[in-house]
Amino acid sequence: MTENRVSRRRAIGLAGAAGVAGVGVAAGTGALLRGTFDPKPTSASSASGAVPFRGEHQAGITTEVPDRLHFVAFDVITKDRARLVELLRDWTVAAARMTAGQDAGVVGAVNGAPEAPPDDTGEALGLPPSGLTLTVGFGPTLFRDADGRDRFGLADRRPAALAELPRFPGDALQPEISGGDLCVQACANDPQVAVHAIRNLARLGMGVVSVRWSQLGFGRTSSTSREQATPRNLFGFKDGTANLKAEDTDLLRDHLWVQPGDGQEWMAGGSYLVTRKIRMIIETWDRTSLGEQEELVGRTKGSGAPLGQHDEFDPIDFKATGPDGKPAIAETAHVRLAHPDLNNGARLLRRGYNYVDGSDGLGRLDAGLFFMAYQRDPRKQFVSIQTQLARHDALNEYLRHVSSGLFACPPGVRDQGDFWGRALFD
Amino acid sequence: MRTTRFLALAAAGVLAGAGLAGCGAEDDSAGDAAGGGPITVKASDTACEVGSTEVGAGTVVFNVTNSGAKVTEFYVYAAGDRVMGEVENVVPGLSRELHVELPAGTYETACKPGMIGKGIRGALTVSGSAAPLTDDAALAGATDSYQRYVQSQTGALLDKTTEFVTAVKAGDVARAKALFPVARTYWERIEPVAEIFGDLDPKIDGREEVLEEGMEFTGFHRLEKDLWTTGDVSKDGPIADRLLTDVKEIVAKANAEKLSPLNLANGAKELLDEVATGKITGEEDRYSHTDLWDFNANVEGSKAAIAALRPVLTERAPDLVTSLDAGFATVDTTLAEHRAGDGWKLHNELSKADLKDLSDAINALAEPISKVAAVVAK
Repeated sequence: MTENRVSRRRAIGLAGAAGVAGVGVAAGTGALLRGTFDPKPTSASSASGAVPFRGEHQAGITTEVPDRLHFVAFDVITKDRARLVELLRDWTVAAARMTAGQDAGVVGAVNGAPEAPPDDTGEALGLPPSGLTLTVGFGPTLFRDADGRDRFGLADRRPAALAELPRFPGDALQPEISGGDLCVQACANDPQVAVHAIRNLARLGMGVVSVRWSQLGFGRTSSTSREQATPRNLFGFKDGTANLKAEDTDLLRDHLWVQPGDGQEWMAGGSYLVTRKIRMIIETWDRTSLGEQEELVGRTKGSGAPLGQHDEFDPIDFKATGPDGKPAIAETAHVRLAHPDLNNGARLLRRGYNYVDGSDGLGRLDAGLFFMAYQRDPRKQFVSIQTQLARHDALNEYLRHVSSGLFACPPGVRDQGDFWGRALFD
Repeated sequence: MRTTRFLALAAAGVLAGAGLAGCGAEDDSAGDAAGGGPITVKASDTACEVGSTEVGAGTVVFNVTNSGAKVTEFYVYAAGDRVMGEVENVVPGLSRELHVELPAGTYETACKPGMIGKGIRGALTVSGSAAPLTDDAALAGATDSYQRYVQSQTGALLDKTTEFVTAVKAGDVARAKALFPVARTYWERIEPVAEIFGDLDPKIDGREEVLEEGMEFTGFHRLEKDLWTTGDVSKDGPIADRLLTDVKEIVAKANAEKLSPLNLANGAKELLDEVATGKITGEEDRYSHTDLWDFNANVEGSKAAIAALRPVLTERAPDLVTSLDAGFATVDTTLAEHRAGDGWKLHNELSKADLKDLSDAINALAEPISKVAAVVAK
């Protein structure tokens, strides 16, 4: 019986050689299919290997965006602060294990007593770590509930930057898929690995937290590294060309990481996450002419160059005019409204994903962008940019914001005894 | 169905030893009976007078007379509301006897007029020589205790199903509708035991869509459908007779079945799984929407199985007992918000938020309960 018991760690060793070969084939095929796209080949280690869990910042923010997402928001259902802290400790241990490619618990999926449910659910057995990152965040409602009650003695530790987002014009938010006291973002190159991680954290949290909503995503819609080619969203446009990149150390300090002195010290080294589920009205978009699509976005669909320019990374010239004498980039174009120049220099680190939740019963694709953006202060960054977009963006005709979330993502887990959010609860 | 696995475990002999120990324990305690006549219990709608509150260890007999207007129940509880013995369904004007084996210790007696709530409680002290239970005897005691519970439920199941069937055959739709969730209470409390008899379970409790090709749709849900959709049960006489026949058969089999402690542990978990899948969604009683009656009964059945295992769990995993107690308390509190008179709100009267709260409470309890089987088996 013992020889049948395979640990995930051992399975990884076995899978190692095959994994490298597989990635090579995949990268080659991708380049062929995408023709002139010419993405830099992904290295075997980043596609299937393990991303370090501990560090100054949480992994999963500037880490190269892998292809798959499972994002979950939880309600905390216990009133007992000690149980919440205990869960965060348990989660940290399980997250460190799973991101290293191990079972969620020490016994594992197949080695336990036959009478007991396993302490890992088992669907990731034999799979490599797949670049899994797990990133935790705390919502405003963890500090005070809707009635203003201080739930866990944390009210005076709520950062000012974690202010509820204002209502933007055109918002069609569904409360049941918005908000949450806690969130966990799982990113991986294999959807099964991302789902496995969230499922096991939810299982560990029974009785302490309850899943409020969750979202699967595929096909990253922005790059967080110059090593990555700019991907396309479901409108078929390159997305995230002007994103903050991991290499931009100075910009990250100014725009991404919370600095000492910004307010609550427990957040220093952390970042604020805004999530927006943006449904795309795919069918009407697909009936829109190429010229109009490009005008709405402000870039060409092929190369991603700003209108009036040639290459994707050419600077945007807002003064340029077209042959008809009108501005090459319209006043209501998406790129103009989202640009730092129009938003007091505000920039975001985006790591959104495409989503398709099947069809909506009316024969329409239930699909769009699960937007996620990290930043130092949402009041100065996301709120400023989204206010512009919500008021003026001509693209809004094809978009519906149906879910919204805001989370304070604490700094990284430093050492063995550390756990997610320890500085908040100390 | 889902029972295959633990039946196999039981057969493999984990419990054969416990079963033998159980027989031994019974023989021993039967030898030193408490002596004296039955203890009279005068139950009314507002009082529960127990003739003696101090008795000797051994077999104790209670004679329960109901002088009230409501149907009542009488229980003897050990710590943690572990049921040592009970009589169900004592209708007004009738007397019933309860034989219960009690080792030395402190207990509580309870009458439950209207069959709801914690009942009217009183203390009962049992003194005398009773050897301390060994581990195996504790497991044997658990199955004995739970088997007494099953027997009490099957008795009431037969009574209430008979009343329900009689109402259907008499064409008394209003009365049949009122009796439907009541009769099912006794069924739902012991459902994992009923599921052991895989051929009878679908005949009695099967829903239309789960029946295999060529199988007739019979049982509670067939009558439920007719009662609530057309209100015409004039042709349902044979279906009603068949239900009663099937219930009689399963009652006889359930009472004869030797259960294992693992049956109890897994049964307690399965009852909550039943709640989490069929009752939360309202799919079980889709015509009557009386799912909360079943929900409550499933929880009570789960609690009874855990209560029977309590001495073993207290010794082997005291922290688990604490979590289980807290979990049951939360479920009870959450569910109590939806009481309506002597019964429950209908499933379609609950909001999605209500159902999520109930679902969270069940998940929070089911998680520690899933650990019980491994504790019992070790």
